[in-house]
Amino acid sequence: MHIMEGFLPPVHALGWAAVSVPFLAWGLRSMGRALEAHPERRMLLGVAAAFAFLLSALKLPSVTGSCSHPTGVGLGALLFGPAAMVPVGFVVLLFQALLLAHGGLTTLGANVFSMAIVGPFVSYGVFRAVAALGLSRSVAVFLAACLGDLATYVTTSAQLALAFPDAVGGFATSFLKFAGIFALTQVPIAISEGLLTVLVVNAMARFNAHELRALPVMALRTREGA
Amino acid sequence: MNKRSWLLWAAIVLLTVLPLCLISAAPGTDVFGGSDDRAQQAIGTIAPHYKPWLAPVFEPASSEIASLLFALQAAIGAGVIGYWLGLSVARERARTSVGNDNGTGAAPEQDQRAD
Repeated sequence: MHIMEGFLPPVHALGWAAVSVPFLAWGLRSMGRALEAHPERRMLLGVAAAFAFLLSALKLPSVTGSCSHPTGVGLGALLFGPAAMVPVGFVVLLFQALLLAHGGLTTLGANVFSMAIVGPFVSYGVFRAVAALGLSRSVAVFLAACLGDLATYVTTSAQLALAFPDAVGGFATSFLKFAGIFALTQVPIAISEGLLTVLVVNAMARFNAHELRALPVMALRTREGA
Repeated sequence: MNKRSWLLWAAIVLLTVLPLCLISAAPGTDVFGGSDDRAQQAIGTIAPHYKPWLAPVFEPASSEIASLLFALQAAIGAGVIGYWLGLSVARERARTSVGNDNGTGAAPEQDQRAD
C-alpha cells in the first residue's frame, strides 16, 4: 500500500497530507488522554505499536503471485480506539519512507490516510457492528482486523486511480486495475492478519484481564472463556 | 496453548505457504515481487509520461541492506511483544504459586502490584 516517493502529483500529495494532519493531532491527544486515565495500559499500547511494526515489515506471498504486507493497526484500534493508531501508523510509515525508500515523504499523507486512518477506523467500526450483532469476541476481532487491512489496500487503489485515471475508462477502469494489484493480493494476507490478531487478543485477555477489563473488546462474551 | 490456538497458527502458516506451492513462475517473468512495484508499473502504462517529481531521500544501497532494515523493524516489534509475553507468563506463574501457598484468592491483589 506504499505509494512510492514522487508518485502522486503535488496537488494530490498536499491534499492527502491536509486530510491526514488533523487526524494525527486528534490521535496524539486521544493517546495522551488514554494514558493519563489508565497509565497501567502503557505497556499494552507498546505491544499494539510493536504489532504494527512487526506486521508491516513482513512481506507475505499471495495467490496473485506478488507479495504484500499486513498492517497490524487493527489490534490497537480495538484496544485504544482508532484515533490512537494514527500516530503509531505515522511513525511506521515515516521509518519506512526515510530509511527503506518504501513510500515517501511526498506520499506520506496519502499513505497515512490509507494505513493509519482508514484501516483503524474501519476495524473499529466493523468491530462495533459485529459486536452489536451479538457474535463472539473472536469473530468480531477477526472480521475487524481482516476488513480493516483490506480497506487500507482498497483506499490505496482509489488514491492511485484518482491521481491516474485511465485515458478511456477514467477513474473506474483505473481503480479496477489498481484494486486487482493491491486488494486481490491482500485477501489471504488480510485473513492471516485477522487470525493473528485473534491470537494476540486472546493472549491479552488471558494475561492482562486486569488492565483491560474496562475496554469494550474485553466485555464481549467468548465462546470458551479463553 | 489450547487446541484452537494451534489451529489458528496452522491456518496462518498454510495461508502463507500455499501461494508459494501453487504459483510457479512463467519463464522470463519474476514472481512474488512487491505489489507496490506492480502498481508502479501500472502507473507507467496508464500515464507513460508521468515523471516522479522527487526521489527518495535515502535508498538502501542494495536489497541486502533493505532486508537488513526490514529485519530490524520486525525485530524491534517482535522484541517488545516477546518481552510482554515473557513478563505476562512469569507474572501469571508467580500469581498461581502465591495462590497455592496461601490457599486463598489472593490473585487479584498480586495482579495489581505487579503492574
